[in-house]
Amino acid sequence: MTKTINLNLKVWRQKGQNKKGRLETYKAVDISTDMSFLEMIDVINEQLTHKGKEPVAFDHDCREGICGMCGAVVNGRPHGPEMGTTLCQLHMRHFSDNDTIVIEPWRSRAFPVIKDLAVDRSALDKMIQAGGFISINTGGAQDANAIPVPQEAAELAMDAAACIGCGACVAACPNASPMLFVSAKVSQFALLPQGKPEAAKRAISMVREMDRLGFGNCTNERECEAECPKEISITNIARLNREYFKAGFLSAEK
Amino acid sequence: MNWLASTLLSSIGKKLMMAITGLCFCGFLAGHLAGNLTIYLGKDAFNSYAEHLHSLGPIITLVELGLLFSALVHILTGATLFYQNLKARPVRYSVNKSAGGRTLGSRTMPYTGFILLVFIVLHLINFHFIDKTDTTIYQIVHSAFANYVYVVIYVFAMIVAAIHISHGLWSAFQTLGANHVKYMPFIRGLSYVFSIIIVLGFGFLPIYLAYIA
Ligand code: FES
Repeated sequence: MTKTINLNLKVWRQKGQNKKGRLETYKAVDISTDMSFLEMIDVINEQLTHKGKEPVAFDHDCREGICGMCGAVVNGRPHGPEMGTTLCQLHMRHFSDNDTIVIEPWRSRAFPVIKDLAVDRSALDKMIQAGGFISINTGGAQDANAIPVPQEAAELAMDAAACIGCGACVAACPNASPMLFVSAKVSQFALLPQGKPEAAKRAISMVREMDRLGFGNCTNERECEAECPKEISITNIARLNREYFKAGFLSAEK
Repeated sequence: MNWLASTLLSSIGKKLMMAITGLCFCGFLAGHLAGNLTIYLGKDAFNSYAEHLHSLGPIITLVELGLLFSALVHILTGATLFYQNLKARPVRYSVNKSAGGRTLGSRTMPYTGFILLVFIVLHLINFHFIDKTDTTIYQIVHSAFANYVYVVIYVFAMIVAAIHISHGLWSAFQTLGANHVKYMPFIRGLSYVFSIIIVLGFGFLPIYLAYIA
């Protein structure tokens, strides 16, 4: 038989972007420990709906840890207490009977709350639009092996490309800085030959956009690396810094 | 904006300025400590070290101006970062919990930095901007530390400095992009070792002068 637990939830409720929000208390009764965290909120929402109340708004999509849509700060930890896990992949067996769980949205000036736990993360998209891409002329695809890529570089690029853009790095950073995100996006291209032609422009444009969007500055607190559900390393931030200095001081890019 | 200004005033540029000036201070501290250790060789050794140092004349002035400039850059940039970072999260979390990334040093950087600034001003008043006619630097230092309040303040300041450096030193390398699988563990270790050298090296001097010498 599956085990069930009862929980005291304190959930951030906020009607809209410029509305005042507050933590509301709910009881979660008979929660199966096999449920995911989001399924637990589904149960609460069902109860709220039956009572004629507004369900808790939260973002989610794949529920299998790959899309980056979900995320909330659970007892002070983005995506909850487990390492390398998205909120949708966090299971209730990691909680104990009668635990109090405080659930808050990502907090950053650049991520305004849309409603309850759902925040507007389009700032991340804007940084991608600023330079997180490579330009390729259309036409017949060339042979995949025509450009040699060292295995190690391919691995490092893949590690960086594991970023699902969930924004947990911003939520975790004491300064609300997205450096881990930007560094992953810059790194995945900087490591590969296809990314080199636009490397300088990319580093400058993405950093400039990051600053413009009102994020904080990285001070190497390393909380992002510890909270990232894809366990992206801050060695990527060091690489972003190198790419940025190269672009700023050595390239003709302005 | 001019390319140099826009590079340096970006978030990464500001970190670069913090890192370079911070490393300069670490270098200065190492030199300062090496000089101060002559106190253990006695009054004459310390006085003659001070004399030799001052006989360098314009070089010393140049270094002093360099340090002053670095200090201004470090303080102004640090204050800007502190202010911007506060603003970046207007609504704070009601529950804060570290995942283990932050250290005592990293979470207190602005505060330890501020304490050090106050200390440095006091330190300069005590030993730099002081009338040195008819007396020796050893006498000045010795009589200052006859007052146990100064001993306490100086030892406390060195503990604060060590906490600041424990994050600042490795962080400077990370900012400069020097994070390498082979060297990073060593650099992180070095930050702690250097902090301990600072706190013991400088911190024991007032105690020695007050109670042993
Ligand atoms: S819902 Fe897709 S990663 Fe969690």
